[in-house]
Amino acid sequence: MSLAVELEVVDQVLCLRLAGELDHHTAESLREQASDAIEREGVRHIILNMGDLTFMDSSGLGVILGRYKHIKQKNGEMVVCAISPAVRRLFEMSGLFKIVRMEASEQEALERLGAACYEK
Amino acid sequence: MRNEMNVQFSALSENESFARITVAAFVAQLDPTMDELTEIKTVVSEAVTNAIIHGYEGNPAGTVYISVVLEDGVVDLIIRDEGIGMDDIEEAREPLFTTKPELERSGMGFTIMENFMDEIEVISHKGTGTIIRLKKQLANKKAMCN
Repeated sequence: MSLAVELEVVDQVLCLRLAGELDHHTAESLREQASDAIEREGVRHIILNMGDLTFMDSSGLGVILGRYKHIKQKNGEMVVCAISPAVRRLFEMSGLFKIVRMEASEQEALERLGAACYEK
Repeated sequence: MRNEMNVQFSALSENESFARITVAAFVAQLDPTMDELTEIKTVVSEAVTNAIIHGYEGNPAGTVYISVVLEDGVVDLIIRDEGIGMDDIEEAREPLFTTKPELERSGMGFTIMENFMDEIEVISHKGTGTIIRLKKQLANKKAMCN
């Protein structure tokens, strides 16, 4: 079991699509790939699509929080979408929803961030 | 019926998924719900990750030991390491507490274990290691026991 990370930049928004298992072992690769893309692509916001994630533990919370801090430094936002009830419980337990917004789909997350850009 | 399983493996992060899948496969004979299975996999992952990162501080020469006993619909899980141990167990169990923020640890491991299981017992001594004992009564077996 491992983690597949698909990255795509749409209008300065980094879409991270995760498939598989996010634990301590796979978190490092996600951290590297995401941080690299944030710096290299001049990304403004992050969308984390967790629709195909089959497992996540507190190491996942750690790496997500790390990327949130990274994009926050650039005055950006993070939106998560397509999260399972299990992952949602971990988010609620850790209070991550206080800083990260949730949308049902990647499209809705993009629209939300697009709207946020227009407001500014 | 009492059924016991023991497994030990190197303190390598590659074995985190092996550990949770192995325990889940053993527990599956009690016909747990998907939620219960997810909870058990998650707590195994938390405790094994703690043993690897904190107990052995990333030294793969260490060994992680897991014992699972199934009896009367109760999953009794013991995850043990012979690593550095902890000074202050109460502090370690605080939500968001971590000794390794630079590694992007969330400090949520113990909180998750407490939330997902019925009972948790932590025994740790500096220099000898840590034992985490976790118990959970599976919902579909409760009626039969009462």
